[in-house]
Amino acid sequence: MIVRLRQPRREVEMAGGRAAYAVLHDLGLSREGHLIIRNGTLVPSDTMLEDGDVVEIRPVISGG
Amino acid sequence: MVDLPRHNANFCATHLQQLCVRQVQRAISDFSMFDDSARILVAVSGGKDSLALWDMLVELGYRADGLYIGLGIGEYSEESHRITSAFATERGLTLHTVDLRDEHGFDIPTAARATRRVPCSACGLSKRHIFDRETTRLGYDVLATGHNLDDEAAVLLGNTIRWDVDYLTRQYPVLEAGHGFPRKVKPLARLTEREMAAWCVIRGIDYVVEECPMAIGNRHSGYKETLNEMDERSPGTKASFYLGFLDRMAPLIRSTPASQGAPEACPSCGAPSSSSETPCAFCRLESTASAHEPVPVRMVLNRTARRAFDAQWGEE
Ligand code: SF4
Repeated sequence: MIVRLRQPRREVEMAGGRAAYAVLHDLGLSREGHLIIRNGTLVPSDTMLEDGDVVEIRPVISGG
Repeated sequence: MVDLPRHNANFCATHLQQLCVRQVQRAISDFSMFDDSARILVAVSGGKDSLALWDMLVELGYRADGLYIGLGIGEYSEESHRITSAFATERGLTLHTVDLRDEHGFDIPTAARATRRVPCSACGLSKRHIFDRETTRLGYDVLATGHNLDDEAAVLLGNTIRWDVDYLTRQYPVLEAGHGFPRKVKPLARLTEREMAAWCVIRGIDYVVEECPMAIGNRHSGYKETLNEMDERSPGTKASFYLGFLDRMAPLIRSTPASQGAPEACPSCGAPSSSSETPCAFCRLESTASAHEPVPVRMVLNRTARRAFDAQWGEE
């Protein structure tokens, strides 16, 4: 699956078949601080992500 | 669907919107922020919170217009302006704009360099001055800002760590009008950043996802991360810290309604000021910064922020 990350914008290829929270954990990202948008739709972090999905991990924290 | 760990539940689009609207209505009513006839000016930055707030107030039937300040923070400001203008145009809303460079002869990177202030300090001072001035000048009853629960909890944590009693007694979702300052309210104080970002995604609101380059690695962001780490281990900690403060601590330490003090008027611009003899802090900043040659945003970033800035926007 393709995982799109922000700050800065970039894409990484990862294996599917895992829950979104496990992907967040592997990337060292907090669940509270990120939304998961799978194939354009907001999904909860216990959603199983599959090969072929395009997943945006969107940070929600803004500074300032 | 989105999971909200503090509620230990997943919310569908409809229920998430109901939750957000209920919390905003509760904040407006609990803190007597404004009534149905108020003319509200929303301070909009192009970020999720201010656009979500504007969207919600209009949805609830309030008369709310926007005010955007062009801070001159490179491509970040250009994108913020584009997104904010598009939001207003698509919905037929009134957006007022003040551009720092056009109207005051400086931008935030230049002000930071010229005055040796940290950028957020120069920025905060400029924004407060202009938001106050325009709210009054344009005849609005109240200025609404998009500060959310995470913002307020992070400020509370900082104030508590420093035991800044003065700030603690004034930290409240409403600042009464006084001494020429307009009334200021924070209707999103009961909603988290996660909830606001989810609101924007569900409502199809395009907003600037990348944060301001000046915020990278600043202390405020650090407090937010710390609170989120605590929330990760024990969901709801952040909300209970801030909402518990509002419910149980604020009534004990606020002897009078939080107000803004500055009994004199600046001899240069007439804004509320602590002295009628010397120009106010904004006029002093303007005078120093506008005399300085423009400084590109990259030049005022620390090494970490510069790396992130280059990766995001490309080297200038
Ligand atoms: S992060 Fe700092 S410089 Fe950027 S908009 Fe916020 S206050 Fe201004």
